[in-house]
Amino acid sequence: MSKTILIVDDEPNIVISLEFLLKREGFRVLLAGDGEEALRKLAELAPDLVLLDVMLPLKSGFEVCQEIRAHPDWNSVKIVMLSAKGRDTEVQKGLALGADAYLTKPFATKALLAKVKELLGE
Amino acid sequence: MLQGWFIAGSSFAYLGLLFAIAYYAGRRADAGRSVIARPSIYALSLAVYCTTWTYYGSVGRAAASGIGFLPIYLGPTLMMALCWFVLRKMIRIAKANRLTSIADFVAARYGKSQLLGGLVTVIAVIGVIPYIALQLKAVSNSFTILLHYPEIVMPSRADTLPWQKDSTLYVALLLAAFTILFGTRHLDATERHEGMVAAIAFESVVKLVAFSSVGLFVTFGIYDGFGDIFSRAGTSPHLAELLTLHGASAGASSWVSLTFLSMMSILLLPRQFQIAVVENVDENHLRRAVWLFPLYLLLINLFVMPIALGGLLHFGAAGVDADTFVLTLPMVYQQQGLALLVFLGGLSAATGMVIVETIALSTMVCNDLVMPLLLRLRWLGLSRRDDLSGLLLDIRRSAIVAILLLGYSYFRAAGEAYALVGIGLISFAAVAQFAPVIFGALYWKGGTRGGALAGLSAGFLVWCYTLLLPSFAKSGWLPSDFMDQGLFGLALLKPQQLFGLSGLDEIAHCLFWSMLANVGAYLGVSLARSPDAREARQATLFVDVFRVTPAPAGAAIWRGRAQVDELLPLMGRFLGPERARAALDQYARERGVASVDALAADAGLVHYAENLLAGAIGSASARVMVASVVEEEPLGLDEVLDILDEAYQMRAYSRQLEQQSQELSAATRELRAANLRLTELDRLKDDFISTVTHELRTPLTSIRAFSEMLFADPRIELTERRRFLGIIVAETERLTRLINQVLDLAKIESGNAEWHSAEIDLREVLLASVEATGPLFKERGIALDLALPAAAPAIKADRDRLIQVMMNLLSNAVKFCAPGVGRVTVSLKVEAGYLWVDVADNGPGIRRDDQKIIFEKFRQGGRGNDVLTGKPLGTGLGLPISRQIIEHFGGELRVESAPEEGGIGATFSFSLPLATQEVKPT
Repeated sequence: MSKTILIVDDEPNIVISLEFLLKREGFRVLLAGDGEEALRKLAELAPDLVLLDVMLPLKSGFEVCQEIRAHPDWNSVKIVMLSAKGRDTEVQKGLALGADAYLTKPFATKALLAKVKELLGE
Repeated sequence: MLQGWFIAGSSFAYLGLLFAIAYYAGRRADAGRSVIARPSIYALSLAVYCTTWTYYGSVGRAAASGIGFLPIYLGPTLMMALCWFVLRKMIRIAKANRLTSIADFVAARYGKSQLLGGLVTVIAVIGVIPYIALQLKAVSNSFTILLHYPEIVMPSRADTLPWQKDSTLYVALLLAAFTILFGTRHLDATERHEGMVAAIAFESVVKLVAFSSVGLFVTFGIYDGFGDIFSRAGTSPHLAELLTLHGASAGASSWVSLTFLSMMSILLLPRQFQIAVVENVDENHLRRAVWLFPLYLLLINLFVMPIALGGLLHFGAAGVDADTFVLTLPMVYQQQGLALLVFLGGLSAATGMVIVETIALSTMVCNDLVMPLLLRLRWLGLSRRDDLSGLLLDIRRSAIVAILLLGYSYFRAAGEAYALVGIGLISFAAVAQFAPVIFGALYWKGGTRGGALAGLSAGFLVWCYTLLLPSFAKSGWLPSDFMDQGLFGLALLKPQQLFGLSGLDEIAHCLFWSMLANVGAYLGVSLARSPDAREARQATLFVDVFRVTPAPAGAAIWRGRAQVDELLPLMGRFLGPERARAALDQYARERGVASVDALAADAGLVHYAENLLAGAIGSASARVMVASVVEEEPLGLDEVLDILDEAYQMRAYSRQLEQQSQELSAATRELRAANLRLTELDRLKDDFISTVTHELRTPLTSIRAFSEMLFADPRIELTERRRFLGIIVAETERLTRLINQVLDLAKIESGNAEWHSAEIDLREVLLASVEATGPLFKERGIALDLALPAAAPAIKADRDRLIQVMMNLLSNAVKFCAPGVGRVTVSLKVEAGYLWVDVADNGPGIRRDDQKIIFEKFRQGGRGNDVLTGKPLGTGLGLPISRQIIEHFGGELRVESAPEEGGIGATFSFSLPLATQEVKPT
């Protein structure tokens, strides 16, 4: 069964590109436009991996990451943070909060796919 | 029933009690546990101001002139309440320079002049003697009246009795003896008499209690309260006049002159100076005296009018002297005990005044008159005596007896011609002559010895001529021709209408001429010559007492050689050998020197010795004595000026340093603040760059992702391909717009933007903007309404910039309106000298919290949260730039929206001032 990936971002065009990219690789794709919607979809649909933007409406990516890691059911969920904020302190913060990877926008699509596949053990 | 022996016995018992109090307080003081070191005691002792004049005389004056008695108490109240700082300065100066009398004070200020000290003493003695006579008169009269109890018999005129039968003489001698006991038991370098002060404070209480008792008796015992007395008095036409301000025969000039006199007296009467300045234990006691003493005055005056009116109502014109009402009213009502209490209260008032006054005067006579003369006449003889302290005491005792006998003589000569108050005012006018030199001493450095001598002499002579001599003439002691015709028959020289000045009462008249002469001579002579070295030095010590520390400043201007074994005997001669030795021991200890013999006889020691001697024999005499054993090199004016100049330069230099250090620390503060601002700016710049970077990376992300996918995968369908390329183009446009706007904003903010200001028609700008955005509206199916007037006044602005603003507002409106049902209205109106443009939409509106945020950079409104459609494609810089533009042209840009309260849409409005300057009223 194919793995499910939740894309959390509020930039429509980025969402479109990621969705296309991942679907083409055979993943099931879910979408969320803000932090709270992301948590709802996590609870309902139990994705295997979350692509998480940092600057989100309602609840920031850092907060979402923290809540996922604090939830016992979601221990196995992989988190890849995607952010236009590329300063070292922000990368450190994301990793410290429990993200498995932190990619700075704009990212190379190949690198993103490689990281996703690595984390999902494919 | 009241026998003479009983009254006399009571008097002696009372005086004995006073002495016991004084003795106890003196012992306590010697043991170092002062009983008078309390602010209330100080305030009570100041009430020595209230003599028999107050006690008996106020009622007499009130009976004659209604509330005309009040100025005598208003003056001190004003002085204490408003001018306490004058008294504080006098205390500070007297303590710092060990000044022990008002003569010493004046002499010391004007270059330690013996002549000046002597003159002040003479004026004080002559001026105050009538006042002492007044006390004697009051005591002997009250004694005589009480002796006839319960009959009311006015005492016969004193000058009809042979002197050996005159009880007044015995009163005078008794008071002299008592004063000697109080004041001259031993010689004290500070001239402080703690025992005496304690007794005076006690007497002030006795006076008040006795007077108030009579007041209460008259008001509530004889009559039925204040209202009763005043209403009864009101029914008698003669008495009713007393109840009005008009009652006082003299008008405003009398009030002013009496208030002025009493203001001066509270400071300048020798006894007030003694009590308020010399006997002051602690400067801070003034704080309580400032209100407690006026309160005392208020209380002791409370019953004056009731007693006066009561007496007049009862006795009518029966020949009872109003000055005696306080005593005679209790007597006619057979109140034996009360009458005795009143007598003792009067005795209290008299003894208090006489003791303090004569002690103060005797100190002045001894230090400033007799000693300088003796030292001059028989200097060789005196110099051989080892201990002159006994002689000093003897001089003072003699002076006390002499002063009281002089008072008695004046009483015999002139006492009967005046009421009590009249006599007192003569004295007040005399001591008022000290006012110019004293106030000059405190606040003017330009006064000189010559000026002080001239002013005092002139004022004193005028006083003698216009007040003292007439008082003799009125009593028939002098021929009265000169009163009526003027001296040498010249009408202009009539003593009480000098140079034709009439219409004033005699006190105001005397005060006017004497003060004119006094102040004129003082200023005139002082200004004629600049102060010499010593005067200048003393002036600095006085005027700047709160700024300079006296000892070093005093010692600095001195040069000479001295020997300790010459100074010590000199001090011993006046202080007694033991006290002198002890004083030097203490000085040696303070300096950390092992013994007196090891002391260096430097300027400091000489100054110390002189200061100590000043306490015993006055500053002027002390100066002469010290000079006699010290080889002084006289300092020329030039040298003193050099020293002063040096000191001045030092001060100026230190001021300069202080100023520089203040400037430095101010500069440091400014630098720190500037640095803080810079750090803040730096942080803002970092934030800005970080935000801009973020905004640039976001479109780049999409562009890169789609480009890579299109590049890597040729199999993507054509429709997908077109869609992705469309996104890439749109994101590229967004990037371009963003970069342009960032640069634009940077230019505006740094002031480098180009503005083309011209008169433009805003209507045309709006129409052009609407046309330019027309396709956008059509594309999204949104209606656009225009509500423009036919013509609008011109404004001055940059057309392109305004179009930029309008495009921004219109595209924002389009962005947030729902496609198909959206409606945007643009309207224009003139209001209060401004053109207002509204752009209203019917979108979701902007929450109050967001209304501020949308004008900040990169903060786009969160209107609509749908992830795929709601994210605005703007840069977050449109509104901030628009606001900058509008504000540049003197208008404002704001938004109104209230979605929380059910409002529809948002309205952005901006204003621009009309090109014409005139502002039309709304």
